[in-house]
Amino acid sequence: MTADTGRTASTPRQRGVGSRIAASFRYALGLPMLLLVVWGLVGTNETSGFFPDPLTISEAFVDTWVGPAFVEDVLPSLYRLGLGVAASIVLGIAAGTVIGLAHWLRELLEPLLEFLRAIPPPVLIPVVMLLLGITDTMKVVVIVSGAVWPILLNTIEGVRATDSVMTETAHSFRVSWWERLWFLVLPAASPRIMAGVRQALSVALILMVISEMFASSAGLGYRIAYFQRNYLIAEMWSGILLLGLVGVFLAVAFGFVERRVLRWYHGIKEVNRA
Amino acid sequence: MSVLTTRRLRPLRKTLLGVVGLAGFLVVWQSIPTLGLINPQYLPYVTDVLARLFEQLVDLAFWRRLRSTMTSWAIGLTVATCAAVVLGTVVGLVPFLRRATHTIVEFLRPIPSVALIPLAVLMFGIQMQAALVIIVYASFWQVFVQVIYGVADVDAVARDTARSFGLRRREQLTHLVLPTTLPYLMTGLRLAAAVALILAVTAEMVIGNPGLGRMIELSRSAGDAAGLYALVVVTGLLGLTVNLVFRFIERRVLSWHQSVRGEEVR
Repeated sequence: MTADTGRTASTPRQRGVGSRIAASFRYALGLPMLLLVVWGLVGTNETSGFFPDPLTISEAFVDTWVGPAFVEDVLPSLYRLGLGVAASIVLGIAAGTVIGLAHWLRELLEPLLEFLRAIPPPVLIPVVMLLLGITDTMKVVVIVSGAVWPILLNTIEGVRATDSVMTETAHSFRVSWWERLWFLVLPAASPRIMAGVRQALSVALILMVISEMFASSAGLGYRIAYFQRNYLIAEMWSGILLLGLVGVFLAVAFGFVERRVLRWYHGIKEVNRA
Repeated sequence: MSVLTTRRLRPLRKTLLGVVGLAGFLVVWQSIPTLGLINPQYLPYVTDVLARLFEQLVDLAFWRRLRSTMTSWAIGLTVATCAAVVLGTVVGLVPFLRRATHTIVEFLRPIPSVALIPLAVLMFGIQMQAALVIIVYASFWQVFVQVIYGVADVDAVARDTARSFGLRRREQLTHLVLPTTLPYLMTGLRLAAAVALILAVTAEMVIGNPGLGRMIELSRSAGDAAGLYALVVVTGLLGLTVNLVFRFIERRVLSWHQSVRGEEVR
């Protein structure tokens, strides 16, 4: 959205393509570079040692994460994250579709779901730990128990809001139940579902980190807490940086998938706006 | 006649079904340990948990912990909202700043705030300030992004009209930018309130500053299952209250807005 406004606003007169690319490059990297330089200056002059300069952090980053630690700590964390998110998506969409289609079921479960969603997800970690013990399954279950709600509730809303004219048309053409689900209900709900998945991703990442800080002897969250307890400041910063990169990667990957899945939807919106 | 009665009966039916749903949940919960599916040590009886809940409600220490949680929630939310409104308005109104900050915002926003917990502990130790760092960081982005969208959403025709009528910059802000941004701001505020509560409790659990979160962690390590479940219910009720209150504020503040008025007409 902002990219579009930027493109239209920046061409009051015809300029060369090269200089335009250079300008957006300067915009994209100018402030981050400036901030890094300022951080470097502050970091080298500051005495508490809590803010090492970017060069030290990047050295620590390479030393800490490139090598066996990546396989031992990072990959298992990401694996659990992926498993949890996938389970939440499947579970949330399946249950959400069933609940959204049955009017009485929705009214029956609505207050209960509102309450369960309102529980701060990290609070469920001790509960799941009590029920399942400290295992890998527990961490995946924790992720699912927090991430499933936004998907479930958005699916219910999206399924409920299916255009009634289209539903009736499908009925009178005797479109079968499965086809109706696949070609009408799920596509109509998909913008809401994707919004739910976006929320679920950030919740899942938070739960991955906290469940490892809480009850683990490996994983990204555990490592960062370990570095902090042992005053390995630069290593701790490199862990924060890595988590940030994971977050950015997830956001970019989600944006890519969303554009693919909702291409028709954005197309309709463009047409309506024009 | 029949249409009228069904219309009047519908909300009643809805409430009734909702109550039945909640009651069913409690019955299922109660029967799981009763039938021996899960040891009551791990999943206590509902009756025990509810008794514990009422015990808590008359305990002054409980209210003190609730107060510390809600204090850090309120301070964090206020600081984050003020900072986000000011910065969001400035950045949103100046195209140069919007372009220049785009990369850094897109990088900082997805960083999970809990990643900052170790840093906050190093800087402030086991205190409320450490929790505040995380609460403010998480809720800031919710409001900031909405404000930027809202400020950018000002209708071009309205802006040109205001300009040709010679409205001053300040008048433009109050009569043009503010009404356009308010729905976005309220959405951001509602999201931020929920996020701030989540992180207030989380911070107490992980960092250990006093509050409900620490009590949850303590009752877990003490093996006090009934107490743990009672506190989880409390945080759920707290989250529900925060949601309802902010939804109510949103409707009141935006009572003039199409999105709210349209719902009431229907």
